[in-house]
Order: sequence, then structure tokens, then C-alpha cells
Amino acid sequence: MQDFVRGLWKENPVFVQVLGMCPTLAVTTSLINGISMGLATTFVLVASGLVISSVRKLLPDQVRIASFMIIISSFVTVVKLLFEAHIPEISSQLGPYLPLIVTNCIILGRQEAFASKQPVGRSLLDALGMGIGFALALVVLGGVRELLYQGTIGGFQVFGTWYKSMVIMVMPAGAFISLSLLVALFQRISGRK
Amino acid sequence: MKKIVRMVLVLTLLGLISGLALSLVSNYADPIIEENEKEATREAIYYVLKSADSYETEEVDGKVIYRALDSSGELVGYAFTASGGGYQGTIRLMVGVGPEVWKVKGIQILESSETPGLGGKIRGESFKSQFRDLVARGEIGLVKSGEPERGEIKAITGATISSKAVVKIINTELSRVRSILSTGGE
Repeated sequence: MQDFVRGLWKENPVFVQVLGMCPTLAVTTSLINGISMGLATTFVLVASGLVISSVRKLLPDQVRIASFMIIISSFVTVVKLLFEAHIPEISSQLGPYLPLIVTNCIILGRQEAFASKQPVGRSLLDALGMGIGFALALVVLGGVRELLYQGTIGGFQVFGTWYKSMVIMVMPAGAFISLSLLVALFQRISGRK
Repeated sequence: MKKIVRMVLVLTLLGLISGLALSLVSNYADPIIEENEKEATREAIYYVLKSADSYETEEVDGKVIYRALDSSGELVGYAFTASGGGYQGTIRLMVGVGPEVWKVKGIQILESSETPGLGGKIRGESFKSQFRDLVARGEIGLVKSGEPERGEIKAITGATISSKAVVKIINTELSRVRSILSTGGE
């Protein structure tokens, strides 16, 4: 159980470890983008974690990273093809960041630090926790940016017509500003000053 | 020696399995992806040529041109894609013209990564509607301020580069299609 919760809060990949910043900053222009990116990454994390953990004793040490990369990139390609086939609008919104999940350091990091050394059950919990923790962070960030940019959350009007859209929130600068504020808030809540 | 054999074996096996799995997934997904793209093209053609009811795909001199017909089989115009550099990345457009090719019937943005809120407004109805039934005997002009005259488009405030890019892409492809259509049969 501890393996699962760790990724959600205490070692949250975005707010605490500050890993995987490329998708975190780039695709969180709206809530729906955040959700899809988070779910896609979780899927890759869980699937490759399961495979790597179950074959961990067969992999020679010298080629373990190469093996991880083959497994991870296969799952990323699967996700990319399925997204393009079934949700083309979201896939075109995410653009190059979908195939770029392959370079997300959370994924390789968890394989190296956890899945390649632990039994399947624990690896599954760890991957789920890290994945959902990452997804939650993207959802919060995407939601905040969408709200401040056009006054909507997930496409639903939250602020009235009086709200003047803040273009900066949807640009890279807005990503940095909102991410840093959220990290600060997170540190405050969890009592680490 | 034993170590090397094992390394080679493991990597080969992994590559084989992954290749097999990927070819299965791609077998399943490719036809759907292709269908999606066709659907997007279809929608764009019917958007730029409002009175079109069906269309035929033709390739003349390496350029794909869609001949659009209305419900009685009468030619209502041509549609074609055009692309070029925008402010950020490539802009891909569907352009619809009348049968005489001197009138732009409408445009649709197929792909663009212009800045949201600024250049991204080229996707907006208020910009695209300027191209509806636009008389363009020569080149389409662009004005930054003031009222556009016949055959002119008003640039989006704060996004002159994106507006200019769209007009330039259309002008370039328009003259190409004109020369193709005037020499290539019809």
C-alpha cells in the first residue's frame, strides 16, 4: 500500500521530484489535454513496469537500459497509434508530446529504481501510484491554466462573460508561473517550508 | 563469452517480440487512422464549398485537386490543400474556389500551431469568413488597419505574421492551381 501512496503525495513526480517537466509544461493548456497526457503516461508506466518486473531476472545487467528502452518505446508506440485511431482530435492537440513520452524520465527512472529490483505486485502498485500522481498534477495544472486563460474548466463556462481571457496562461510563460505557484502551494500544505 | 551470447540473445528476442506486437497494433490501427484523415478532408471540402454535394479526387501534375459537384451534378468548384510556414510551424489549409477559379469560396485550417489567442485566431470564424466569396482575380491583398477593399483581407490584430502567412500560402497555391487547371484539360 505504501508503494502506491508514495507516488501520489510524498514523492509526487511533478510537485516533489520535479521530473517529466517537458510534458508537464507543454501540454497542460487545458484540462482535457492534462487528463489524456496523464492517462497515456500512466498506461506506459504500468505496462512497462509489469513487463520489466516480470523479466527482471532474465535481463543481463549490461544491457538493462537498452532493454528498458525497447519495452518502453514499444508501449509508447502502441499508445500513439491507438490515440490517433480513436481520439484524433486529442492526438493532434498533444502533437509531438505523445511519442515523446518515451523520453519522460519518470518512466525510465521508475524502471531503474524500482521495477527492475522489485516483485511484480509491488512494481504494479508503484507504477500506478507514480502514474496517477503525475496525472493528477497535470490535471490540476491544466485546469488552472484553462480556467485563467478562458474562464472554463473542461470546456464548461465557469466565469461569466465579464472574464477577460489571460493569453499569457496558455503560453509557455504561464506554464512556468502556474507550475511554480502550485509547487509552492504543495510544499506549504505538506509542511515542508 | 557466455555473457555476450546471453546479451545478444535477450536483445534479439526483445526486438522480435516488440516488432511483432507493434506490427499487430499497426495492422489494426492504420486503416482507422487513414479513415479519420479521409473524414477530416471530406469535412473540410464540404466546409469550404458550401453547395457541394459530392466530390471527385483528381491528380493533375502531381497536385491533388478535388472537383466538387452539387446535387444535380453541376460543377460548383475545386478544393485543394495548401501549406507553408506560419509564425510557428507549418500551416495547412483547405482552399475552395469557384469553377472559374477567380473567386475564393472559403478556407479551412487543417493544421496549425500558431500562438493560441493571437495567431491561433486564424482558426476563428471571423477570420475565415473573410475568405467566403472573395473576389481574387490577381493576388489576395492584406491590410493591417482600415477597411479592406475588394479582394483584400484584414489582418488579425497582433497577429500580422500569421495573417500574412495564410494569405501568402493561398496566393502561391492559387496561382499554381490556376495554371494547372488552365493547361490541364477542363
